[in-house]
Amino acid sequence: MLEVEDLTKRYAGRAAVSGISFTVGRGEIVGLLGPNGAGKSTTLRILASFLPASSGSVRIAGLDAQRDSDEVRRHIGYMPENNPLYPEMRVREYLKFRARLKGLSRGRSRERVDVVTEQFGLAEVSRKLIGHLSKGFRQRVGLADTLVHEPELIILDEPTIGLDPTQIRAVRQLIKDLGRKHTVVLSTHILPEAEMTCQRVLILHQGRIVAEGAPEELQQLMNRGGQILAEIAAPMAALREAFEAMVEVEVYDVTPLDGDFHRCALTPANGADVRPQVFALAKERGWVLRELTRNRFSLEDIFMRVTRREEEEV
Amino acid sequence: MRAIFTLARRELASYLVTWTGYILIAATAFLMGWSFVVMLVPLRLQNTTMPITELFFGTPYFWFILLLTAPLITMRLFAAEKLSGTFETLMTTPVRDGQVVLAKFIAALIFFLLLWSPLVLCLLVVARFTGGGVALDAGTLGGAFLGLVLLGALFLAIGCFASALTRSQIVAAMTSLVICLGLFLLSFVSESLAAATGWAGRLLACAALANYMDDFARGVVDTRPVVFCLSLTAFFLFLTLRVVESRRWS
Repeated sequence: MLEVEDLTKRYAGRAAVSGISFTVGRGEIVGLLGPNGAGKSTTLRILASFLPASSGSVRIAGLDAQRDSDEVRRHIGYMPENNPLYPEMRVREYLKFRARLKGLSRGRSRERVDVVTEQFGLAEVSRKLIGHLSKGFRQRVGLADTLVHEPELIILDEPTIGLDPTQIRAVRQLIKDLGRKHTVVLSTHILPEAEMTCQRVLILHQGRIVAEGAPEELQQLMNRGGQILAEIAAPMAALREAFEAMVEVEVYDVTPLDGDFHRCALTPANGADVRPQVFALAKERGWVLRELTRNRFSLEDIFMRVTRREEEEV
Repeated sequence: MRAIFTLARRELASYLVTWTGYILIAATAFLMGWSFVVMLVPLRLQNTTMPITELFFGTPYFWFILLLTAPLITMRLFAAEKLSGTFETLMTTPVRDGQVVLAKFIAALIFFLLLWSPLVLCLLVVARFTGGGVALDAGTLGGAFLGLVLLGALFLAIGCFASALTRSQIVAAMTSLVICLGLFLLSFVSESLAAATGWAGRLLACAALANYMDDFARGVVDTRPVVFCLSLTAFFLFLTLRVVESRRWS
């Protein structure tokens, strides 16, 4: 659906995006993750055919985004950051205007506006002025606009920015639903968002892709060296002896807690998951086990590690 | 064509759903009515054979209103969209840059004509109360309105260009006012230079907008001013298009 090859964008000599390549398959939801100024918006603007690339190529549905810009724009629905709308227009009027601009006939635009109004729960505000709507509703109007001409590729730049937690949850669910029929590329600097909505994440830092993969894959990658935490009621010496005997455990640390309980932090070798062994041990010896967990890295940790590694290399 | 119509309609509607549009209409109607009063009062003491159109279009009032309204109409066309970000959503739809420029210009021109429509009323009132004593023949009226449309189109094209240059409406208005005023003042420079110098004077005489308007108001339609205004309008629209396209220059 989307092929980006060696994409570079320079502003006044400075590279905002430098030589990134990735592909997005049909029906995928891919997130561009990175701090402000990482080059996310620039990349999306080039994908939306608003800006030209300094070098490299972008192909959408087999068409060159630069050369066949007019045709490419028929295949995409783009919502820029902050979701700009015309506040003086009414919701329905705006969606019809956008549908007509996107080349839909009068009858077809009426049909599609009805569909997206229903889909995004805009029926109750369809006659209201956009300027009078809450931010959550405005975001829905923006999303409805990106979808009104049934594009194959949807590009969303920070779709949940400035929303309250309830609205964020609603918008995330809407985006997930979009993924069933459309290909979605979105940018965000909120890490759990990418984790929750995207099937694949590209981490951008200073205009380059520094890590790529499914959120779980990135987790696995970073879980190497991740700790297993257990709270077990047993004598300290017995615990130490048992952990010493476990070949998968590289390093362990046992600290006393309340009563007979001890907090055991185990660092397994090669990222192995030793939780089953710990459970089996407690069961076998008749020890009380009240907590057993793996200290997972959030994307935030992954991001911090990756960017730190980058900086160290530089 | 559909895109131009859709865009122009939205643009025109945006003048008419906000206070700005009505304030502009009211201010222009007031200035126009006031200038007619100022112009007609002395005529009670002194008869004139000049047609009323010639009287009005030859006065500074006409130029004052024209020079003031064109930048105010056009300042928001591109600048407001760039500031709010809607420019990005607009330019990522399958419309061509040229269609956007043309649609905005057409909408501005229609609103401009709407703004000047009270002038017809003023003329009718004068005709009614002078008992037909005022020369209001089709020729002079047609000429005067043709001149108004041509000059309006030119100033609006300049306004479009200025608005495309910036994100600030104030800067856009000031820029177009300076260019329009400069062009207008060129008429007076050319007047004083025409006799003195050869080709430079003749060249400047081509840009004598005030003289052109005097001719139009008398009902004299020469091809030179028509070609001059139309080509300059096209030139500024072309410049606007280039500015809009410039974001795609790599």
